[in-house]
Amino acid sequence: MSSNPRGRSDSPPGLSPMGSMDTVLDIRRLCIAYETEGKSLPAVRDVSLGIAGRQSYGLVGESGSGKTTLALGAIRYLAENGRITAGEVFFEGRNLLELPAREVRSVRGNRVGMVYQSPSTALNPSIRVGSQVAEVARRHLHMGKAEARERALHMLEQVAMPDPEAVVRRYPHQLSGGMLQRCVIAMALITDPRLLIMDEPTTALDVTTQAVVLDLVAELKSRLDAAILYITHDLAVVARVCDRVGVLYAGEMVEEADLRTLFSRPRHPYTLALLGCIPRYRVDGRRGRLLTIPGRIPHLDELPSGCVFAPRCPLAEEACRASRPPLREIGEGHLSACRRFTAVPTPAAYVEDIESAVDWEAVSLGEERLLEAHDVEQHFPMRGNLFAGKARRKAVRAVDGVTLYVNRGRTLGVVGESGSGKTTLARALIGLEAPTAGRVLFEGEALGGTTARRSRTVLKNIQMVFQDPDASLNPRHPVGEAISRPLYLLRGVRGAELRRKVRELLAAVNLPAAYAERLPGELSGGEKQRVAVARAFAAEPKLVLCDEPLSSLDVSVQGSLMNLLHDLQVEQKTAYFFISHDLAAVQHLSDWIAVMYLGKVVELGDALQVLNPPYHPYTEALLSAVPVPDPGVRQSTIRLEGAVPSPLDVPPGCRFHTRCPRVLGDICRTQEPPWQEGPGSHWLCCHIPCSELEALQGPCLLSVCLEDEGG
Amino acid sequence: MSRFIIRRLGFMAVSLFLASVVVFAATQLLPGDVATMVLGRFASQEAKEQLREELGLNRPPVVQYGSWLGGFVTGEWGDSISTGSEVRPLVLQRLRNSAMLALVAFALYVPLGVMLGLIAALKRDSWLDQSISVGSLAFIGLPEFVTGVILIGVFGVQLKWFPASSAIGPDTGFIEALPRLILPAITVSLTSLAYVVRMTRSSTVEVLGTDYVRTARLKGLSSTQVLFGHVLRNSLLPTVTVVAIGIGWLVGGLIVTESVFSYPGLGRLVLFGIQRRDVPLIQASAMIIVLIYGVSNLLADILYGVLNPRIRYR
Repeated sequence: MSSNPRGRSDSPPGLSPMGSMDTVLDIRRLCIAYETEGKSLPAVRDVSLGIAGRQSYGLVGESGSGKTTLALGAIRYLAENGRITAGEVFFEGRNLLELPAREVRSVRGNRVGMVYQSPSTALNPSIRVGSQVAEVARRHLHMGKAEARERALHMLEQVAMPDPEAVVRRYPHQLSGGMLQRCVIAMALITDPRLLIMDEPTTALDVTTQAVVLDLVAELKSRLDAAILYITHDLAVVARVCDRVGVLYAGEMVEEADLRTLFSRPRHPYTLALLGCIPRYRVDGRRGRLLTIPGRIPHLDELPSGCVFAPRCPLAEEACRASRPPLREIGEGHLSACRRFTAVPTPAAYVEDIESAVDWEAVSLGEERLLEAHDVEQHFPMRGNLFAGKARRKAVRAVDGVTLYVNRGRTLGVVGESGSGKTTLARALIGLEAPTAGRVLFEGEALGGTTARRSRTVLKNIQMVFQDPDASLNPRHPVGEAISRPLYLLRGVRGAELRRKVRELLAAVNLPAAYAERLPGELSGGEKQRVAVARAFAAEPKLVLCDEPLSSLDVSVQGSLMNLLHDLQVEQKTAYFFISHDLAAVQHLSDWIAVMYLGKVVELGDALQVLNPPYHPYTEALLSAVPVPDPGVRQSTIRLEGAVPSPLDVPPGCRFHTRCPRVLGDICRTQEPPWQEGPGSHWLCCHIPCSELEALQGPCLLSVCLEDEGG
Repeated sequence: MSRFIIRRLGFMAVSLFLASVVVFAATQLLPGDVATMVLGRFASQEAKEQLREELGLNRPPVVQYGSWLGGFVTGEWGDSISTGSEVRPLVLQRLRNSAMLALVAFALYVPLGVMLGLIAALKRDSWLDQSISVGSLAFIGLPEFVTGVILIGVFGVQLKWFPASSAIGPDTGFIEALPRLILPAITVSLTSLAYVVRMTRSSTVEVLGTDYVRTARLKGLSSTQVLFGHVLRNSLLPTVTVVAIGIGWLVGGLIVTESVFSYPGLGRLVLFGIQRRDVPLIQASAMIIVLIYGVSNLLADILYGVLNPRIRYR
């Protein structure tokens, strides 16, 4: 292995000798800084990367790593206070940093296409979608209105948009996330660009929609000449669509390699840790503590003097802290910024090591029913037509007859995508909205519909952790005050005792006692969510509803929060009602899993049983849609067409029949499917008998992951 | 869309009805006796009684309301008690005058306000932005009788650019009246300008920071194309609604300005009626003002629906 420093005149590694002539994007030692309050914060430091035509480069990093800044900075789109302080960016052979603004604008529109994270906000809400797509063709390809419209339609067909003629005349708010993202992709590709920058394009989408969009990207990759820069924090997604990967940490490139090399033999502790943090499915039901990376990403004004990852690195030595290690080529096309790269273990060894060291404590079996929901319905009648009779008035049937229960000290995981009604159900259970039908029982007693009608004891016993800590924590209240409120209001604790308990709670969630004085804005995402958990546990509840508590967190932090939730459960015998769209998270924490679709539960049972065949066809599609973080594995491609139907117009019969890949025929369209009992404690709602499903569905979809792991 | 308009029309009808009840009730509560006002204090009781009988003031209030409302809707607004002439032509003529003044004022402050607001937003935090904001705010605080008198003093008397009084006859055409409309229009505009500037500025600043404007820029559009193609149709939304509602005030609410400039508009007519307890006059002119406000609100709602597709389509 050679260790010569990367020469500036070299073509980007990983390209064939002929490929160097085809380098589309060549970023050389780029440095970008933000000027705020007199200080210059170096957001991107000395980053180089190169992408050739027909190559897909994955830029991986967590929040705060600078990946979006890098990508936008490379095309010279920075905020007012952003500056490119050093380096060069060559695009199709020209130095973008030296071009006049007009040229850059023309390059951006014509030769570079960009796809954004949140498709619903990326499009102008007041202009029809077709016009927005066609606008690019009119401005840059100088087409007339009709011609541009034709081209827009053509592009929409290319991105597998159903019924492009109708879509073209709609406004963004009338289309689903998946369709909007396809419009944005069509808009980016309409000028046949040489570089396609995709900034977390599937993060805001459901997992089944994500699978469809990823398929599209993979297909485009093979069809187009363009170079693709794919930015994401999700390594599993990278494994599906990228050829080469660069890992960014706090503004520096720490490792760069070919896809397979990076996954099988990473040579930087951060990459290894990221791979380790991905929750793994275990068919044997054994659950281990999740790996996490201790500490947090350094603030830009508090960068360590040596290696930027040293404060959190298990392999760090004195030399690492003293001076910054250079990014060196350590193998063919493999670069690493770690001095001790030879000491980095393989992912399998690393995972096994940790998992065997700390055992997952088993929770004592609790069979007592704590919370029961019987035929709960939440219908929202449509306002407006004063003259329509009750029969004719349509309603949004968000929750349409759900029966579930949670046992003391156990976790019920509720899985579903947008539109499934899981959040509405949680809101009905916690008392934010009274259900329009059905009963909710807690410890055998019926609960009042809203919090106003519930006793203080009940309020104390059922608490909630919300998805977004930025929204659920009052930004003006210090952390200590947020935590002390339930203590004060629901448990009547005062004075010195109150302060002591707040400190105890902070310690229980692994936060220093000094945080009690801090405002939420000063904490990181993971820390804020811990505060939310502390607040929920302050009342010593018997049941905690967690509504997607991990979605807003980085993957390296998710593990620590899940470990925390588990520890608290063991300690306090709390039951969890855990909502997530992330099957891996649910699987780790849940004893029971319920799968919801369009307001109803379609599959329910012991966690292990639900994740093993026979599956309800929807569960099957969900599981097959989850990207596997292993480039060597070929995934099954069960894909759901279309979008979830509107809860205003629930399909008759089995409500999944409009998208079900295993639809039988008229029976599915007209009759509601019966509950069937599968092996073990496992029920699913389908017309196809369990035995047949088992035969059709083959081996466990998760075993696919397990076989290639550990090896 | 038409369902939307019809519903809004329905709401307008309901609010007009409710307003009519309030107007009527208010006039009933006015102190002072109509008969005494007309015939004088020294008239005999019988004469006053007879007048009251003639005017139908002894009937129960609900009946009086009903007959008044019926008359109003069919165009019979009765006779003015103080002047003796028919109410309707008088009110309509004053309405026309107010409309002329409103038009001139509108043409002055709306385009200017929007432009200044846009400039302030595009160059936010610069000295230009600061001076626009501060400058327009300075005028909000000044009452119209102060600015009006100053304007008359400077431009009417000293420089003699415009006539000092805006009194116009009933048959004065628009073009002819124009010089007399400028000063009162400026007075009115100065107060309203700041609202439009601030509204435009803040919503434009917000729109400039959205993701879709970033998309537009990254599509390679020039700043002008981004501004006119993407920013304006979203940022002008709140401004448009505020301005549309302001039309009601422009036509019916300028009583102070009209008084300062002696301009024969609707505001002064209502005041005149109130001072003389001229109930038919008060009722008719008040209802017209209510109608103008109702229509301008309807216009604002419709315009909002036209400009914001999320309201139009579910």
